Amino acid sequence: MAVTARPALDAQKLRADFPIFEQKIHGKPLAYLDSAASSQKPRQVLDAIRDFYENSYANVHRGVYLLSERATEAYEGARETAREFVNAPAAREVIFTRSATESINLVAYAWGLDNLGPGDVVLVTELEHHSNFAPWQYIAKRTGAEFRLLPIDDQGELQLDALEEHDGVKVVAANLVSNSLGTVNPVTKLAAWAHERGAIMVVDAAQGAPHHRVDVQELGCDFLAFSSHKLCGPSGVGALWGRAELLEQMAPFNLGGHMIRSVKAEETTWGELPYKFEAGTMPIAEVVGFGTAMDYVTAVGVEAIADYESELAAYALERLAEVGGVLTYGPPPERRAGIVSFNVEGIHPHDVAQVLDSEGVAIRAGHHCCQPLMKRLGVAATNRASFYLYTVPDEIDRLAEGLHKTRKILG
Amino acid sequence: MEDLYREVILDHYKNPRGHGVIEDADAQAEGLNPLCGDEVTIYVQFGEDGETVDEVKFSGRGCAISQASTSMLMEMVQGRTATEIAELPKEDLLEEVGIPLTPVRLKCALLGLGVLKVALHRAKGTPLPQEWAGLDELDLK
Repeated sequence: MAVTARPALDAQKLRADFPIFEQKIHGKPLAYLDSAASSQKPRQVLDAIRDFYENSYANVHRGVYLLSERATEAYEGARETAREFVNAPAAREVIFTRSATESINLVAYAWGLDNLGPGDVVLVTELEHHSNFAPWQYIAKRTGAEFRLLPIDDQGELQLDALEEHDGVKVVAANLVSNSLGTVNPVTKLAAWAHERGAIMVVDAAQGAPHHRVDVQELGCDFLAFSSHKLCGPSGVGALWGRAELLEQMAPFNLGGHMIRSVKAEETTWGELPYKFEAGTMPIAEVVGFGTAMDYVTAVGVEAIADYESELAAYALERLAEVGGVLTYGPPPERRAGIVSFNVEGIHPHDVAQVLDSEGVAIRAGHHCCQPLMKRLGVAATNRASFYLYTVPDEIDRLAEGLHKTRKILG
Repeated sequence: MEDLYREVILDHYKNPRGHGVIEDADAQAEGLNPLCGDEVTIYVQFGEDGETVDEVKFSGRGCAISQASTSMLMEMVQGRTATEIAELPKEDLLEEVGIPLTPVRLKCALLGLGVLKVALHRAKGTPLPQEWAGLDELDLK
């Protein structure tokens, strides 16, 4: 069998699909280095949403008329696309939500409230976004379970040795890729460890799914949350994959229209998966746009994206080191996604981001919804440059030039 | 850009006025902007009338805008009474800062003023306008 080389990614060409880059920011071309917060949208996705509204829009699963059928077909088509995207065994295990955050809340409430209690331990990593931290902390408190943190080392990588200190673990919650440091976490190992102890493994793939191949069967997890807006799709929609046997046992999370089987004054019963968890009118056009976005990312090639971003991260670390007075955080490039967090000596991240903005360079400055991680790093905030399939090395060069200017003004 | 970090802002940022701590201050409060981690503590010492600001200092860390605007505030309120400061409109400080600010940066620029008003409110019972009242509950120690 011939060895197939992974198709290379042509970012310059892909960039032309994204209308946002056609404008000038403060008179300069846009260097968008904040894709970890949210990605830009290709014309294909924007067109799909517009086309859906213009030609196929109606509420789904209700009408007997043609338009409703068309809308339902598009909506359920996106579910099948999502199933394929994460290699889930069945489409009925894929639930659409309003965000990855809502996906995690769904698990924390619908699974956690009925399955956690005093003596149980919820283990969450120090790298978590607040979305995979706060819901677990809250549900642990509500149920009397204990909330604990799995620590990281100084490079921002999980200390797996520390796992052995924990007994009675019922939930392990971890992200696939850290949104702050870009650390790629060994989720397969964590899932195996969790299952040996009868715990469930919950994966926050909001940052992972857009940039790395996700295969829920290979990861061996029980739940996986991801979102559309970081993956070239519209905001306002996310997805949850869960094992059917767990989802079936769980009580509903939201109640209302569409998720029921029958409603009587005496009692209400729930519908089948996945509808049991999709109460009310969903963000229909957004789900359709999400489907197109997954198709777009798949056509580019998730593996090609991961390789390309790793190269960009290595290049960025090199350029930032040349600036001087720049401290970077996180693991080496080979174990890091396209995210580089850094601080400029003596200059507050807000000021760094502000000077960069005047140069047309958009980065994130703040705690990245990871206050416990910031505390661990001993900083109040960091700057973060993050990349995607449309990022070109020239944008990283402009970041480095902007940092020189920042130091000149404020240093 | 050159507007935003104009010379006077950079001067206050690099050479803050009234930077330091007053031990056993008559009024004191600490504030945090959770969005960016800016921290400001303000200390006030009153004169013999127990009403006029005799000495005012601030400590903390933060971005150039929050540090410079708090430094400017220290100069503005020196010698004024607690009541005058409680009534001081935020626009007066913003005029002094003198640069266009986005909503996010506005919070940085006004952090010090909010903390000072809360300190006086606690020590003297001066009124605390609605916009700072939330700050009192949420972010101030």
